[in-house]
Amino acid sequence: MNGDLRDLYQEIILEHNRSPRNFRVMPDAHRRVSADNPLCGDSYQLFLKLDGGRIVDISFQGSGCAISKASVSMLSERVMGASIQEAEKLFQSVHALLTGEQSAQSEQLGELEALAGVRNYPIRVKCATLGWHALKQALEEDQPETATTE
Amino acid sequence: MNVVPQSAHPTHPTGYWNIERVRRDFPLLGRRLTDGNELAYLDNAATTQKPRAVIAAVEQYYRQENANVHRGVYRLAERATAAYEQARELVREYINAAEAHEIVFLRGTTEAINLVASSFAQRFNPGDEVVITTMEHHANIVPWQMLREQRGIVLRVWPISPSGELDLYRLEGLLNERTRLLALTHISNVLGTINPIGQIIQLAHRHEIPVLIDGAQAVPHLPVDVQALDCDFYCFSGHKLFGPTGIGVLYGKERWLESMPPYQTGGEMIRSVSFEQTTFAELPYKFEAGTPHIAGAIGLSAAIDYLNALDQEVAARYELELLGYARARLHEIPGLRLLGEAPHKAPVISFVIDDIHAHDLGTVLDERGIAIRVGHHCAMPLMTFYGVAAAARASLAFYNTTDEIDRLVEGLHYAREILT
Repeated sequence: MNGDLRDLYQEIILEHNRSPRNFRVMPDAHRRVSADNPLCGDSYQLFLKLDGGRIVDISFQGSGCAISKASVSMLSERVMGASIQEAEKLFQSVHALLTGEQSAQSEQLGELEALAGVRNYPIRVKCATLGWHALKQALEEDQPETATTE
Repeated sequence: MNVVPQSAHPTHPTGYWNIERVRRDFPLLGRRLTDGNELAYLDNAATTQKPRAVIAAVEQYYRQENANVHRGVYRLAERATAAYEQARELVREYINAAEAHEIVFLRGTTEAINLVASSFAQRFNPGDEVVITTMEHHANIVPWQMLREQRGIVLRVWPISPSGELDLYRLEGLLNERTRLLALTHISNVLGTINPIGQIIQLAHRHEIPVLIDGAQAVPHLPVDVQALDCDFYCFSGHKLFGPTGIGVLYGKERWLESMPPYQTGGEMIRSVSFEQTTFAELPYKFEAGTPHIAGAIGLSAAIDYLNALDQEVAARYELELLGYARARLHEIPGLRLLGEAPHKAPVISFVIDDIHAHDLGTVLDERGIAIRVGHHCAMPLMTFYGVAAAARASLAFYNTTDEIDRLVEGLHYAREILT
């Protein structure tokens, strides 16, 4: 495999794709947001339960490419139990990491840094950011029904 | 990686088609990409590559003949007008239309269908019905849905079989005295199915229902004779026929085109204008408002000239052999499922592989210089029919080779290796 492709499909990404975490419907979710990429047909639903300004439960369902699915899976693990403020800050850092706008603080991101491989694949950046846009919208008060990267 | 012994390969197409020579006509083929890989272009249903002759004709026009058409009295404008009208005549001959004025130059198939949906459909009343099929491209779905919103028409869908074919017996049940149009594709851009449009048109005409054919995927692969087919409208795009983007064709029977109101209005399409009244130009100019894509029409005519100089029967036979080879080799891939298994197919093959999303396939193949299309192919209802969100599609032209198909198959084995 050439270097860039190895960076894109790191083992941790493939592992999350094969066994996504928190991959379930949450019937009693407080917030529910659809995340769709109309270009390639990635389509997820993100479910959140909030309590006292914290994300007390998060799950997702749907289908899409390895990058998008791994990204949402890692996101769900990472923000489980986080405060809304922490999750919003994380969104900023991940967004910066994926779009290469600035160098993100690596200590903070840990496993999520595996997603940075998309920077060499501009078309795939949207796959990695899809779930994060959905999270951001779920956390906003008057969120629309659907998050999209378009 | 699985290596299949050479003897297990289906027979390679034989040497009657001078593939090396044909490939040399297309400057982009055989190009090395920045990473050193040779391009394997297998996305011809999206757009085709252009032969030198087309590129040269467009350049020649801009360098030596550029002027607006149907306006100037000077010789340069006369020459541009003559070239533009020659292109129309060449298209007429290529699809055997009765009259050159039945050929309307537009941007492409999408615009052609939109023209019919907006102009021809002005005679439709609420409750009138349009029939389409499950295998339509969005371009032949959404314009009719708009009419449903705007004019209250009823949109009926002729379902396909799991093999990706239309059953003629089911059509009869969908047609009634309210049916105003049957609009369907000649060849599916996803399945490659070649629909028996001759029989379909006959059947519809027995009920006096006009038929529009989306021929975007057909003209690059089959001879089309609109008079023999007796279709009422036939639409196609230049860029899928080895010509430039932005030029396309609506063929319409004269009696329909005559009876239809203009689609867009402005310059070029009028006979006389006063503030009280405007008289429209005769066909086809009534439908060509504004300065047309002159260079596009000239490029398209160069593409048709190029195709006419080839032995198209041999080209078609070669394509079918490539298709057979590709189908057989793709069956070697574990977990691969082909979408659409119609016996009568153009060289368009869509597939899904268990546990691998088409987008990931596309990225891995691209790394090896192999260009295929992944996604929903602008046919989401068809994807829903097959229960997939996205599929990979390899679509071939007469300049593709078995070597490129071998690279595709190796690339898919490799993708399975690293992604599962």
